[in-house]
Amino acid sequence: MLEVTALSKTFAGFKAVNQANLAVEKGEIVAVIGPNGAGKTTLFNLITGIIKPDSGRVLFKKEDITGLAPYEVCRKRISRSFQIVNVFQRLTVFENVQISVLSREKKTWNLFTPSASLAIKETDEILESVGLLKKKNRTTALLSHGDRKVLEIAMALGGSPEFLILDEPTAGMAAEETSRCIDLIKKLSRTMGLTILFCEHDMEIVFGIANRIMVMVRGGTVIQGSCGEVRCNEAVQDAYLGGSDTCLKAS
Amino acid sequence: MSRKTLLGLGLGIIALLLLPLFLPRFYVYLASIILLYGLLATSLNLVLGYGGIFQFHHAVFYGVGAYGTTLMLMKTSLPALCAFIAGPLVSAAFGFLLGIICIRLSKLYFGMLQISLGSLVWVIVYRWYAFTGGDDGIHGIPMPEMLSSPKSAYYFTLIITLVSLFIMWKMIRSPFGSVLQGIRDNPVRSEMIGINVRRHQLLALVLAGFFAGVAGSLFVVVDNTVFPDMLFWTLSLEIVIMCLLGGWFTFLGPMLGAAVIVALRTFVSTYTDYWALVLGITMMLVIFFLPSGILGYVEDKFKRGFIEPEIEEQ
Repeated sequence: MLEVTALSKTFAGFKAVNQANLAVEKGEIVAVIGPNGAGKTTLFNLITGIIKPDSGRVLFKKEDITGLAPYEVCRKRISRSFQIVNVFQRLTVFENVQISVLSREKKTWNLFTPSASLAIKETDEILESVGLLKKKNRTTALLSHGDRKVLEIAMALGGSPEFLILDEPTAGMAAEETSRCIDLIKKLSRTMGLTILFCEHDMEIVFGIANRIMVMVRGGTVIQGSCGEVRCNEAVQDAYLGGSDTCLKAS
Repeated sequence: MSRKTLLGLGLGIIALLLLPLFLPRFYVYLASIILLYGLLATSLNLVLGYGGIFQFHHAVFYGVGAYGTTLMLMKTSLPALCAFIAGPLVSAAFGFLLGIICIRLSKLYFGMLQISLGSLVWVIVYRWYAFTGGDDGIHGIPMPEMLSSPKSAYYFTLIITLVSLFIMWKMIRSPFGSVLQGIRDNPVRSEMIGINVRRHQLLALVLAGFFAGVAGSLFVVVDNTVFPDMLFWTLSLEIVIMCLLGGWFTFLGPMLGAAVIVALRTFVSTYTDYWALVLGITMMLVIFFLPSGILGYVEDKFKRGFIEPEIEEQ
């Protein structure tokens, strides 16, 4: 579904992403892992158009989307959440998701119908599915960190995506929130058939939900393969997982 | 909107309608000025408070609207109505023109470029004696019979201001308004949910320009003069202060700010030449003690009663 080939981006001489390759099939959950500063977030920014790549190609459903503006990428049904919470601070939970729905329904140029009467059902459904319905009238500034991360996902869902990119969805969450978030991701994949690409530092989560894993080190792709393949790859163990006992344990 | 607010608004409007019956001529004039400055500040707040765009030189559109109307009245034989429509439209066109150039920059850089380009417009008006009357401005602009007395000018201003405010209020509550507030809070995120940020901002700038132009035309009706100071950047600063003082995250805040500042200017300047000093000190006190403005403070106080106090565990 998504195919990234030889994508590169240099910031003032620093190769943030260097010849990265990635392939995601429809319905899969793919994880990107790698040490801090490996370029995971930059890779996501390149795919979603927030940064323009220097070279390389991004194909989505066989269509070249390299270098499109973020709003154009979104209209291709690719949504994302952000690592650092990125919501509309002064608006309520409901309004945050509603804007996303209105945007998908192309109603953003409507100047005179009250927003309060539009997209209520769709927005409520999304809030229900992520478990934020009870808190819908709160200003996002009053939400806990975990809830805000979930709101991130809810906003991404507002665009009714086929492809969902999650940048460290559970970062900074409490243990209980984390397990709820993982259940949510699994549910999205299972019941809505979403294809999901995410990055995460917690290996337990990665090996728990990913079908396949792509390993990034210093901007480049080391390997992309099944959980087992990645676990037993020597280069990966050297760079990231540390020690070979993980492989033995698995086998 | 709750019953109480509606009742309050209704009473306010009735009071405004009755006002010329009790007040002397000068105060009727002053009330008209407050109304049109309030409209001007509200139009700025559409992009500043709701759009998060730092439009620092908003007076340009006010002045262009005023000059547009005036020049149409003086130089053509078209009916006055055309002039009153043309002024705001020219302002909107200027809003589009300056907007499309400045919108490529964000935040403060937008504001800086906007001040420079706006000042260019001011210079043209200031120097082009043959067309705009230069630094003398234009005086004694002929008004249609209907609008020639201070009272009728007041009622005209009141009605147009109320209608404009109502339209802007509708806009803020429309999907476009929601999106605009989303862009204010987080442009990157807005773009990532499929919103073409620049285009929405541009429309907001055009609309703000239009309503500033309406305010400019109203000034022509009330004062029968235009002068280049109407486009000078110090006036723009005053309008920004009106928004901040009244509360730039509230709808009626700028109107309140305009009332306070126009009143200050009128009454303090009869005692001292340094009225700007009083304004400055007031502004500093507001920033320290009421960072969300006067009306913002009142609203916060009022709302706190409704939200259950709850401490979120992290």
